[in-house]
Amino acid sequence: MTDYIKRNLTDLPDEWGYFGAFGGRFVPETLMPALDELIAAYQEAMADPAFHQELAHLQRTYTGRPTPVTYARRLSEHLGGAQIYLKREDLAHTGAHKINNALGQALLARRMGKKRIIAETGAGQHGVASATAAALLGLECHVYMGSVDIARQQPNVFRMKLLGADVIPVESGSKTLKDAINEAIRDWVTNVRTTFYLLGSALGPHPYPMMVRDFQSVIGVEARQQMLEEVGRLPDVCIACVGGGSNAIGLFHAFRDDGAVDLIGVEAGGHGVESKQHAARFADLSISRPGVLHGTRSYVMQNEDGQIMETHSISAGLDYPSVGPEHAYLREIERAYYTLATDGEALEAFQLLSELEGIIPALESSHAVAEAIKRAPQMSVDEIILVNLSGRGDKDLDTVIKALGE
Amino acid sequence: MTTLIGRGLQAIDAMFRAAEQANRAAFLPYFPIGFPDYDASLAAIEAMAQVGVDGFEIGIPFSDPLADGPTIQAATQRALENGITVKRCLQAVKALRQRGIKQPMLMMSYLNPLLAYGVEAFVKDACNVGADGLIIPDLPPEEANLFAEVCAQEDMALIFFLAPTSNQARIRLVAKQARGFIYVVSLTGITGARKDLPEDLADFIARVRAETDTRLVLGFGISQPEHARMMNELVDGFIVGSALVRAAEQGTEAVQNLAQSLRAALD
Repeated sequence: MTDYIKRNLTDLPDEWGYFGAFGGRFVPETLMPALDELIAAYQEAMADPAFHQELAHLQRTYTGRPTPVTYARRLSEHLGGAQIYLKREDLAHTGAHKINNALGQALLARRMGKKRIIAETGAGQHGVASATAAALLGLECHVYMGSVDIARQQPNVFRMKLLGADVIPVESGSKTLKDAINEAIRDWVTNVRTTFYLLGSALGPHPYPMMVRDFQSVIGVEARQQMLEEVGRLPDVCIACVGGGSNAIGLFHAFRDDGAVDLIGVEAGGHGVESKQHAARFADLSISRPGVLHGTRSYVMQNEDGQIMETHSISAGLDYPSVGPEHAYLREIERAYYTLATDGEALEAFQLLSELEGIIPALESSHAVAEAIKRAPQMSVDEIILVNLSGRGDKDLDTVIKALGE
Repeated sequence: MTTLIGRGLQAIDAMFRAAEQANRAAFLPYFPIGFPDYDASLAAIEAMAQVGVDGFEIGIPFSDPLADGPTIQAATQRALENGITVKRCLQAVKALRQRGIKQPMLMMSYLNPLLAYGVEAFVKDACNVGADGLIIPDLPPEEANLFAEVCAQEDMALIFFLAPTSNQARIRLVAKQARGFIYVVSLTGITGARKDLPEDLADFIARVRAETDTRLVLGFGISQPEHARMMNELVDGFIVGSALVRAAEQGTEAVQNLAQSLRAALD
């Protein structure tokens, strides 16, 4: 049993890692002591002002935080409705929000005396962030990446290698993020005594969903304050894309008690719900229901027999058959709402934001922009939408050129 | 061949008693239903029963077997491609019983397919077709309340694991909830045949023995008659999986020969 002490930061998860009926720890026994150890180390770090100071110092001097909030004037005028603001995680070092969590966990790894870090990656952003944090702190880094994702995210593969990380192609299953996580867990089971698993999204066994959320919550904490300072009030709607859901939970967390602020998560609609080729875990309940994947209970895309289904999204970072357990909970208690954007809608948003604002968004973030494009015209000009622009799109140029060429 | 009476926990207990009387460890092969195909998997299990193995771990395939190494990953992937479902695995156990196989059979599955089937429905159906217990590698005792309750109602074994990383508190926790035996993972890692077993294995087993009298069944890495011979001194039973699955690529006879040599090493 763990000597887990409930923290004041938030009520959830409970001591067993549950957000309502979602979460938990469903892993082989070999990893259970490692999770206990991680929980204890995390609690200890959170209670240590020196840990917070070091993380805050790195965020300021290395990541470039706080990232700004940008008013998207031309996009707002073009749409003719609500005013759209962008939380610019694309401007964080390495080009996405993933660095927030990677630095936090890498500091924790060093604190625990683990010199070897493993990570999984889909789009490559978490892999790059992990490789970066490992380089900064002098840790050894191995990144598991599906071979399909390696093919569509070449620039990030090269970046990881430049940063001194070892990129291990995963050839099993759908050869995407899901399979990279399987392989990372197998590595962790094998090397658990020396290795820290730097999990990149708000999923996996407890304490990962809590820990990743906490390290990402800097997004919402900053954005909330920036809106108050620059606009004088909170936004009416916060929008973020949801794969595993780390950038979304990072934005939502600070607004969770602001009842007047709608929280909207945008899943990958792929070729559309009817096509069954998507990663919309909350939208298509014909093939998605509560289940257990990668150590946590949440919504899982699966066939009638409980076999995990292959997903599709133009964005590698959203191409995952499950979703962080806290999102399943926020949806159930109706604190957050979830919708989807198709590949086509994300591509249009990608182009529109580039043309009107001079900002090339990641394809993942383009899903959130697409939702803002749908909503803004239906809202009044004095209403405000805050979009989490979770990453920049340079890594996606090949994919977009191909998609638009077709 | 041993003749066993009863089913569920009783049958498993009888299996260990018979082995204990012969001063040897019980040998439980793992084999997945549907590899190389449905009929061949049943034939392999039947062939092993004929050479006097003591019980079986019957594998239900899963798309994401994160505790398994390449051999079992590939085999269970092939089983899924062959259209094997949880229902088909239950039918397989029923068919094996109809063919006269008397040894205890424990069904091994990752959690999600069982959740999709329905926990209560699965345990009842497994019991009805003649299975004696469940092995669920991604279900630690902390999360197992519902399974424990339903298995107790049906007198089925529910097997939990211990690993070299398990500390004293976890050994006690698992021992308290164990029903049937404890599956002791020989090494920190995933399934797969290994040439050598870990050097500190005896220390690890002693650490577990110091906390519990529950029977211990060792698994992961065991592949050769020399390994099997060590088991008599060390544990109450052992599981061999990947090595038998690999043999199945050469045909049923190769499976039977390997099972026979592993079994013979115990006498």
